[in-house]
Amino acid sequence: MVDKKRKHPKEIIKAESNALNFSYADGTQALKNINLPVYENKITALIGPSGCGKSTFLRCFNRMHDLYPGNKYDGEIILHPDNTNILDKRVDPIEVRMRISMVFQKPNPFPKSIYENVAYGLRVRGEKNKRVLDDKVEEALKGASLWDEVKKRLHDLAFNLSGGQQQRLCIARALATDPEIMLFDEPTSALDPIATMNIEELMAGLKEKLSILIVTHNMQQAARISDYTAYMYLGELVEHDKTNKVFTNPRKKETEDYITGKFG
Amino acid sequence: MVNDKKAEIENNLTRIRSLITKHKRHDHIFAGVGMFIIISLTITLLVLFLDLVFDGYPRFNLDFLTNFPSRRATAAGILSAWVGSALVLIVTFFAAVPLGIAAGVYLEEYAKKNWFSDLIEINVTNLAGVPSIIYGLLALGLFVYGFGLGQTILTAGLTLALLMLPIVIVATREAIRAIPIHIREAAYAVGATKWQVSLHHVIQYSYGGILTGVIIGMARAIGETAPVITIGALTFIAFLPPSPVGLEPPFINFEWLEAGFTVLPIQMFNWISRPQMAFHVNAAATGAIIILLTLLMNGLAIKIRYNIRKKIKW
Repeated sequence: MVDKKRKHPKEIIKAESNALNFSYADGTQALKNINLPVYENKITALIGPSGCGKSTFLRCFNRMHDLYPGNKYDGEIILHPDNTNILDKRVDPIEVRMRISMVFQKPNPFPKSIYENVAYGLRVRGEKNKRVLDDKVEEALKGASLWDEVKKRLHDLAFNLSGGQQQRLCIARALATDPEIMLFDEPTSALDPIATMNIEELMAGLKEKLSILIVTHNMQQAARISDYTAYMYLGELVEHDKTNKVFTNPRKKETEDYITGKFG
Repeated sequence: MVNDKKAEIENNLTRIRSLITKHKRHDHIFAGVGMFIIISLTITLLVLFLDLVFDGYPRFNLDFLTNFPSRRATAAGILSAWVGSALVLIVTFFAAVPLGIAAGVYLEEYAKKNWFSDLIEINVTNLAGVPSIIYGLLALGLFVYGFGLGQTILTAGLTLALLMLPIVIVATREAIRAIPIHIREAAYAVGATKWQVSLHHVIQYSYGGILTGVIIGMARAIGETAPVITIGALTFIAFLPPSPVGLEPPFINFEWLEAGFTVLPIQMFNWISRPQMAFHVNAAATGAIIILLTLLMNGLAIKIRYNIRKKIKW
C-alpha cells in the first residue's frame, strides 16, 4: 500500500482488494488472488474477455454473491477511510450495499413510477418526509441528466422510457442514496451509441462526487472514460495501471495482445 | 451452360416446394385436431349449460333468489343457499389467501433449497390433487370434533380453505418465479432486506398471477359439495345466519361464523334427489347459476391476468 501511494502521490485509495479469491457454489474458482486498489474520485475500468471474472469481481463489492447460496469469498476488500473489510461475515451485506451502489448491464427499473424508482433507496432507508424525497429525487435525476426529460411525468411508469433513459433512471436510483462507490456492470452494452455517449459524459461528471468501478466490454470506452484500467484474464489480474499507460505502453504481452485485438 | 444452371435451380425449387407442402401438412393436421377437440369440449359445456337453463327457465325470477326453500317447489328459492355460499367463501378467502401467499413467498424467497423444501414442494403439489372428500373427513375430525367448531359456516369456510390453499400456493410460487432475477437484484442492490424485497416488489409484481390463482380456487370452492356434506351442512334451512354487518355499533359481528348453513351445490343436490319433477326445475336453475358464477369468476381471472400482463412487461 505504501508502495502504491508513492507511485501515485496524489491519489487516495477508496477501496482495495487484498488476495481476493472467489468460488461459485459449483466449485469453479472465478477469481484468483486479486489485488486491486480503487482510487477516490477516479474511474477504474475492468476489461478482459468474456468469462475472465470481471463482473464476478465487481459483484464482490456489494456482496451480490451473497444472494445465492454456496458462493465463497476468501481474502478481503477494505473500504477506506474506516478500514472495514466488506467481505467479513460480521459485516452485514445490506450495510455494504447502502454504501456502494450498482448499475446493471440491462436497464432494470422497477415496474413502478419514475419517481418511485428513484425514491426507493431512500424509502428503504426509512425516509418518509415528502419534501426531502422530492428534493432528493430531483437532485438525483439532475445528477443523471434525466431531469429535463422526465420532470413533467415523474409519475409515469418507468417502462415507458427509452432504453437509454431507463439506464439513466437506474443511475439516478443508484445515485439518490449518496453512495461512496458506484459499480457499473457493462452499463452501455444494451444501448445505442448516442445513449452510450450520454452515459459516458455522465460518468465523467459523477466521479467528482464519488469513486467509480466499471466493467466494460468495450475497450474504446475504457480508454475514453477511465483513469485506471485493470486487465483480467481467466480470473487473474494481469495488469493494472493508469489508463493511458495500459493502452499505450502495457507492461505485459497478454495485455498488449488483448488491447490490439490480436486476442479476445 | 446458363440453361443447365436454370434447370438445376428449378429442379431444386420443385423439390423444396414439395418438401414444404409435406411439412406443412403436419401443421394443418395438428391445428385441425386441436380445433376439433376445443370445439367439441366447448359445445359439450354449452349444451349442458343451455339444458340447465331451459329446464330451470320457469324459476328465473327474483323470488327464486329471495325465497327460502319450501315444500312447494314453485315457492322454493335459494336465499339461504346463496347467502350460505357467500359467507362460506368469505371465510375461505380470508383463511386461504393470506396463508397461501405467505407460504408461497416463504418457499420462494426464504426457504433454503434442500431435501426438506423438496418434501414440502411435493406435498403441496400433491395436496392439490387429493379428492375433496378426504378434506371433508379431515375437517370433520379436526375442525368439527377436534377443535369443537361444530357444523358451522366457520368450519365449512376453513375446510374449503384447505382445498384452495395448494392452488393459491402454487399460483403464488409460479407468479413469483416469473419475476426476472435482475429486478430482484436491483432491489437488493439499493440495500433492501428480504422482507422489503418481498413486500415492495415480489408480492406486488406477482399480484396478477396470485389473484388469478385465488379466483380459480374460489371458483372451485363454490361448486364443492362432498366436503361440505361430510362436515354436516344442513340440507333444509329456512333462516339466515345473523348478519355480518349491523346498523348499531359495533356494526360488525361474528356470530354468523357459528351459524348452521347450506350452500348452492347442496341445495341443488337436495332438490335433484326429490321424486317430484317440479323440484328438478329448481335444481336445474340452481345448477345454471353455479355454472354462471364459475364462468364469471374464471372470466374475471383471465381479464385480470390480461390487464396485468399488458402493464408489466419484463
